[in-house]
Amino acid sequence: MTPATTALPAPPTAGRGLWRTQALAVAAQELRRGIVGLRALGLLFLCGFPILIVTVATVVRMSGFIRQDMAPNAGRLAIEYATFYQAVMLRLVIFFVCALVFSRLFRVDIQQRSLHYYLLTPLRREVFAAGKFLAGLVLTGVTLALATAVSFLVYHYPLSMNAGSGGFGAFLAAEGFGQMLLYVGISLLGVLGYGAVFFAMGLYFKNPILPTIAVYAIEGLNPILPVLLKQMSVIHYLQSLQPVPVSQGPLAILAEPASPFVAVPGVIAVAAVLLWLSAKKARKLEIHYGDE
Amino acid sequence: MSAATIDFQNVSKFYGEVLGVNRVTLSIPPGITGLVGPNGSGKTTLFNLATGLLRPTRGTVSVLGVPPDHPEELFRLVGYSTQFDSFPRGMNGFRFVETFLRLHGFSAAESRRLAEEAIARVGLTDAAGRKVAGYSKGMRQRIRLAQAIAHHPRVLLLDEPLNGLDPMARADMIGLFRELAEQGLHVIVSSHILHEVDLIADQVVLLNQGYVVAEGAIRGVRGEMEKHPMQIQIRCDHPSRLAARVFSDDGVVEAKILENPQALLVRTRDADGFYLLLNRIAIEDGFDIHSVVPMDDDVQSVYGYLIGSNGGAA
Repeated sequence: MTPATTALPAPPTAGRGLWRTQALAVAAQELRRGIVGLRALGLLFLCGFPILIVTVATVVRMSGFIRQDMAPNAGRLAIEYATFYQAVMLRLVIFFVCALVFSRLFRVDIQQRSLHYYLLTPLRREVFAAGKFLAGLVLTGVTLALATAVSFLVYHYPLSMNAGSGGFGAFLAAEGFGQMLLYVGISLLGVLGYGAVFFAMGLYFKNPILPTIAVYAIEGLNPILPVLLKQMSVIHYLQSLQPVPVSQGPLAILAEPASPFVAVPGVIAVAAVLLWLSAKKARKLEIHYGDE
Repeated sequence: MSAATIDFQNVSKFYGEVLGVNRVTLSIPPGITGLVGPNGSGKTTLFNLATGLLRPTRGTVSVLGVPPDHPEELFRLVGYSTQFDSFPRGMNGFRFVETFLRLHGFSAAESRRLAEEAIARVGLTDAAGRKVAGYSKGMRQRIRLAQAIAHHPRVLLLDEPLNGLDPMARADMIGLFRELAEQGLHVIVSSHILHEVDLIADQVVLLNQGYVVAEGAIRGVRGEMEKHPMQIQIRCDHPSRLAARVFSDDGVVEAKILENPQALLVRTRDADGFYLLLNRIAIEDGFDIHSVVPMDDDVQSVYGYLIGSNGGAA
C-alpha cells in the first residue's frame, strides 16, 4: 500500500460548465455501454429490419419480376414509401427502438446494481438524467436517421431504371433529397417524443413492459381514436409531418393533420414536460435494489 | 447542524411498515467511529441516509453542515464504500475508479492521476488493468475503497470494509483507516467483527433493531452501564488480602479469588473510583501488583451486554 497522496486539483466550480462536462461524461459512459453491449444487437436488428425489407423489394423490382404497368415512377414510389414509412418505421421500428433503449437507461443500472455509484458523485440528479437522455438521443437518433435515409434511398433506387424521367439522380436533385431530409427529421422528432415517453416510463415503473404495451395500443389504434385522443398521441403529429399523406384505412376517423408549426413544437413541448417529470423522479430516487 | 460533525436529528426511516431506523439522534466527530450492530440493525440504512441514497421518513441529516440532497457539495466531502458487491459491467479496476472521477468534473489527466494514486493506496496497482468481474471478493472490496477515497474526501463511510479480506489485507486496511483518521478525516466503519472495531475505533455507535442503544468512546459507554458492573482482574502476590481491602469501596459488588493465574477478579460499579482506591491500597499496604486488566470494557462485551450474544433477537 502506498500511503502518500498528492495534492487534489481544485474542485471544478459548480455551474453550467460543470453540468455540461458531467452530462457529457455520463452520456459518453452510456454510449460506450450502448455500443458494445447486448442492446446494440437489438438496435442493429430493429434498424436493419426496414433496410432488409426495402432491399428485398428493390431487388425484386429491379429483377424484372413485376408487370410493365407497375414500372417505378417517382409518384408511385413516394406513396409506397410513405405507406412503408408509416407502417414500419413509425409504428414499429422507431417505437420499439425507443422502447428498447430509453426505458432501459436507468433500469440497466438498477438491474446491475450499479446506480448508486452515479448517485454518490457530486452530480445533480437532473444532470445525470440529462446525460442519460442525451446518450439515448445520440444512439437512437444516429441509427434511426441512418436507417431512414438508407431505406429511403434504397426504396427509390429503381428510379435509375427509368431513364425517361432522368433517373435516380434527377429525382434526388428535384424533390428526393428534400423528402429524405424530411423523413429523417420526422424520425428524429419521433426519437425525441417516444424517447421522452419511454425514459419517463423507465423511471416511474419497475417493469415498463405493460405500460409499453398500453402506449403501443394507443398509438396503434390512433386511426380509429376520436379526434381529441388522436391529438394526445405522438404518432398523430409525426404522421402530420409526412411529405406524402397516407390513407389511414377504411375505419379511420379523419382528423385535420397538425400543421408543422403545431406538430414540431407540440412534440418538443411534450418531451420537455416528460423530461421535467423524469428529472423530478430522478431527484427523489432511492436505492432499494433488494426490491427489484 | 455543525460544519465539523455528521449529524442525525431525530431521524426515522420506514420501508413501508418495516422499521429501518427510529428516532436516531447522533453527532459524529472526526476520528474513527465504529458502527456496530447485528444484521438488520440499521447500519447500512444510516449510511444510505447520510448519503442521500435513502430519504428519511422523519428528521434531518447533515454531513459537515451539508444536507444529502445537495450532491454537488456533499460528494466533494464524502466517499462511501457500500456493501453492494456489484459493478458496472465490463470495466477494469482502473476504468471503474477513473470513470467516476470524470463525473466529479476532473479532467481526463487529473482523473487518471487520482485513480492511479487511489489504486496504489489500496495495493491494487498490478491488478488495475484486469476486469473487476475477475477480482476476488477482497480485491473488489479494495477497488471500491479506492473509488471512495480517490477524490480525497473529508468523510469516509465504509460499510463492512473488512469483509472478504485476508489477514494481511485487513491489517493494511486498518493501517490506512488510521492514517486517514490521523489526517483529520471522519472515518465511519460498520462491522460485525467486534474485536476489529475495538482495535480501530475511537468511538462506537451501537445499533439494535433500528435504535441507537449506545454511543461514545467505548470506555465511556461501558462506564455508564450500571446494570453490568465492570470486571477487573488484578494479579498480585496476596489476592485474598487484597479482596478484604477492596470491599471498603462502596462500588465493589463482588470480589472473586482466582486460582490460576493467582489473581483477584473484582466487579465494581465505579471503575475510576476503584482504580484510585487500588493505587492507594497498593502504596499503603505494599501489595506487589503485577497487572490490572479490565476484562469487559471492550466492544465485544458492551455489545454482549446491550444487544446480547444472539444479536439482540431475544
